[in-house]
Amino acid sequence: MFQRLKNTSPELVELNLDGQPVSVPTGISVAAALLYLDAKPIRRTAVSDSPRAPYCMMGVCFDCLIEIDGQPNLQACQVNVARGMQIRRQNAAYDSEAM
Amino acid sequence: MPLSKSHYSVLVIGGGPAGMAAAKTAAKYGVDVALVDEQFQPGGQIYRNVDRSPLPDIDLPGKEYTFGKTEVLSFRQADIDYQPGASVWYLDRDRCVGVLIDGVNHRLSADKIIIAVGAQERPMPIPGWQLPGVMSAGAGQILLKSAALVPGADVVLAGSGPLLLLLAWQYIRAGVSISAILDTTTKINRIKALAHLPRALGAVDYLWKGLGLIRTIRRARIPLFSNVSQLVAEGEPKLQSISFRSGGRDHKIKTSLLLLHQGVIPSLHMAQAAGCGIGWNESQQCWIPEVDSWGQSSLPGILITGDGAGISGARAASLSGQLSGLQVAYELKQIDCKQRDRLAVTLRNAWNRHRSIRPFLDAWYRAPDSYLNPPDETMVCRCEEVFASEIRDIAKIGCIGPNQAKAFTRCGMGPCQGRLCGNTVEQIMAKSRGESVAQTGRYRARPPLKPITLGQIAGSMDPGESNQ
Amino acid sequence: MKTDFDTIIVGGGLVGAAVACGIASRGTSVAIVDGEDGDFRASRGNFGLVWVQGKGAKHAPYAQWSGNAAKLWPSFESKLRDTTGINIGFQQNGGFDFCLSEQEWQVRSEEMRSVAQHTQAVFEYSMLKHTELKQKIPQISDDVIGASFSPQDGHLNPLYLLRALHQLFVLLNGAYRPRQRVVSVQPDGDGFILRSGSTRYTAGQVVLCAGLDNQRLAKELDMDIPVHPIRGQLLITERLKPFLRYPCLQIRQTQEGTLQIGDSHEDVGLDEGTTLDVITALATRAVRIFPHLKNVKLNRAWGALRVMTADGIPIYHRSERYPGAFALSCHSGVSLAAAHEKLISGWICGDQSDLLIPEFSVDRFDVSKTQKHIA
Repeated sequence: MFQRLKNTSPELVELNLDGQPVSVPTGISVAAALLYLDAKPIRRTAVSDSPRAPYCMMGVCFDCLIEIDGQPNLQACQVNVARGMQIRRQNAAYDSEAM
Repeated sequence: MPLSKSHYSVLVIGGGPAGMAAAKTAAKYGVDVALVDEQFQPGGQIYRNVDRSPLPDIDLPGKEYTFGKTEVLSFRQADIDYQPGASVWYLDRDRCVGVLIDGVNHRLSADKIIIAVGAQERPMPIPGWQLPGVMSAGAGQILLKSAALVPGADVVLAGSGPLLLLLAWQYIRAGVSISAILDTTTKINRIKALAHLPRALGAVDYLWKGLGLIRTIRRARIPLFSNVSQLVAEGEPKLQSISFRSGGRDHKIKTSLLLLHQGVIPSLHMAQAAGCGIGWNESQQCWIPEVDSWGQSSLPGILITGDGAGISGARAASLSGQLSGLQVAYELKQIDCKQRDRLAVTLRNAWNRHRSIRPFLDAWYRAPDSYLNPPDETMVCRCEEVFASEIRDIAKIGCIGPNQAKAFTRCGMGPCQGRLCGNTVEQIMAKSRGESVAQTGRYRARPPLKPITLGQIAGSMDPGESNQ
Repeated sequence: MKTDFDTIIVGGGLVGAAVACGIASRGTSVAIVDGEDGDFRASRGNFGLVWVQGKGAKHAPYAQWSGNAAKLWPSFESKLRDTTGINIGFQQNGGFDFCLSEQEWQVRSEEMRSVAQHTQAVFEYSMLKHTELKQKIPQISDDVIGASFSPQDGHLNPLYLLRALHQLFVLLNGAYRPRQRVVSVQPDGDGFILRSGSTRYTAGQVVLCAGLDNQRLAKELDMDIPVHPIRGQLLITERLKPFLRYPCLQIRQTQEGTLQIGDSHEDVGLDEGTTLDVITALATRAVRIFPHLKNVKLNRAWGALRVMTADGIPIYHRSERYPGAFALSCHSGVSLAAAHEKLISGWICGDQSDLLIPEFSVDRFDVSKTQKHIA
């Protein structure tokens, strides 16, 4: 869905998305990484189990909620990628006891 | 240097052009000042990543963007406690601040707070806008500036406003294939806007710039549709096409990416939750805080500056920040009244000049009513999935206002706390009652202003402690 | 627009709307004249408990009244659901009030005993110590000494209750006059004149259910209704998978899965703001009771003003001088809603009224009038 401009830094960082290793550019937000990977939808809603993906990229819409390193419902646009990060797509109402 | 203590004379919240300018100015006159910002480098949205840019060509987004680089550099050199990655989740009228830094909650306080949190895009609710593949034009800009990412396949841009044009211009320069640009403004807008043209000539550089953008777009031979109505995003489970009406005909365009934009409005959540007075601006069709010409809000000790006090653009934001910086320097007795007024003269003149384009832009790009008051099948509240029809139904039985509407339908109770649905609910209810939004009112804003866990709240500490 | 009615209810919160539905179902003409969206609205800040335990530990009639009201709830809820189609998330399987210290346990045990005594053991309860409590609520921490439990307690969504009452009122041909804050009310012959903005209403009977504004309006009708605000701050979290099967005084899980956390009391006047101290205390207590909640995100915190009568007991008063004027004030608009809809409306309409109702007149504040001392 989104691709890197030509002549940008080729440096990549390896993460895990739903248990699968993926490589994305360094220094970008998790939301940007998911768009780069065309990983739509990134979650399903609590009310109607409908598919969603990032919308505003600046922390206002809360549609980019995802589980990062075991913590659910984080805004992917507010967190930068890091090596070895475990990202899991989720549904909105999570099991608080399982954490 | 990051935060080193829990009380400052001045705390600036927000690291965009206004916040940086306010902090720099206050520091210049000897004020003890800290600035907290949720991002990891200064610049706000407009100058996002400007001094840590991944772009191969830093000038790609345009000269206004690169101007931000000098602002950020001088900010970094100033004598300010600058704390990036700091999320202010609580602010009250007593200037008690709760800020989350690296997962740890800290309590701060200040004699003066300057709120410089900027703006957000005005929501553009259309049927299907919640589909994966529909994003805002601002999102496109953020992806460009912060990640050097551009659409891989075709993209459609739709809406109105200078930012939409700017994005189109940036995409053209980057070689992105734009399938179409859909302009939702109406002819009537344009005629009314011309009344503001004489004043706008005070900022003729903006007009030239705008014309320049338009020229580039026309030369690129991108299909342009005007007076676009009944725009719908379609597809399952993600965006596959859009349909709309223009030039008396129905149209359909296949696309997997739609970027929407219809202007920018102040981010009021923090100011409103703290208790600052706000008022409805009919010509801008948005709420703005009640502030005087220095940014002083209705609450003592709290100032609001930059686009968060009223949309005027990055240059005006920087000037407004400087004026607020002078004001706190004066209130804290670092400069006297005469000095403040003398220093303010050129700032005010420049500020007024930069703002003189606004009435024209506001009128020219005014969002049409059908995009403020969308069709029944539009999902007004994306978080709780409440449709326009439901709001209209309860308005019909006499629901007393947006807060009661929220109570009755859950609209506005999700994580975004009304940032994306509030404006629409107000417009729907005002229209159903035949009154202005000013009379209808607005959702009540409350903390937390940003996400925070119960555990983080329970385990709060002073900044000094965690840095050991 | 019709402005003359048999009965006008001033205030469309949980108390006014419930009573209005009861009166409207009798076929007389009724109007609710309601204020503005931004007014103090205790009903929108309510926690949502249908609560019996602890009520009236020092006031036997209140203990009985609360118990009776709770018993009326199931049939009232069916009626609401059948007529409006709205599910208010009503559950009445009992509720807990945690004790986090031995002292709390002692005080609570005594309160429960007192209420049981006042109601001749109609009020049922049990005191559960930690081990027994953990069988019902496995997620509690070791800090929880125990809890009091009453099978008559329950909870619901107070906002949906308000919506359902408004909808039912309209279905019963009640007239709803929103955004018409009543500025003055005066006696006029056998009836009353009410003024709001530029509109003049007339009614044979007027029922004041205007929350904190009742004191002002009541004075004009020769009634002294002592109410004052007591602020409560509340927290609500993001949605979670269900884990808490019973409402507790300090915390309950809503039908949407969010957790509501509360129970604070402050005397700060007409201030619906929040404070960092109380938010911190509420979050700390919640995590202390349920440690697994530490990573759960806060969605919203707010303050709301309880309509507190001078002794905390409801006021149901009829003016002596103007017998068509009534004033109703309480802080338990949810718990008592079924009783308000059925029994209070009956009293206002001149039915054979419940024997307990006179106990709640403001005569109890006038020493010269009380016939017996209520301990």
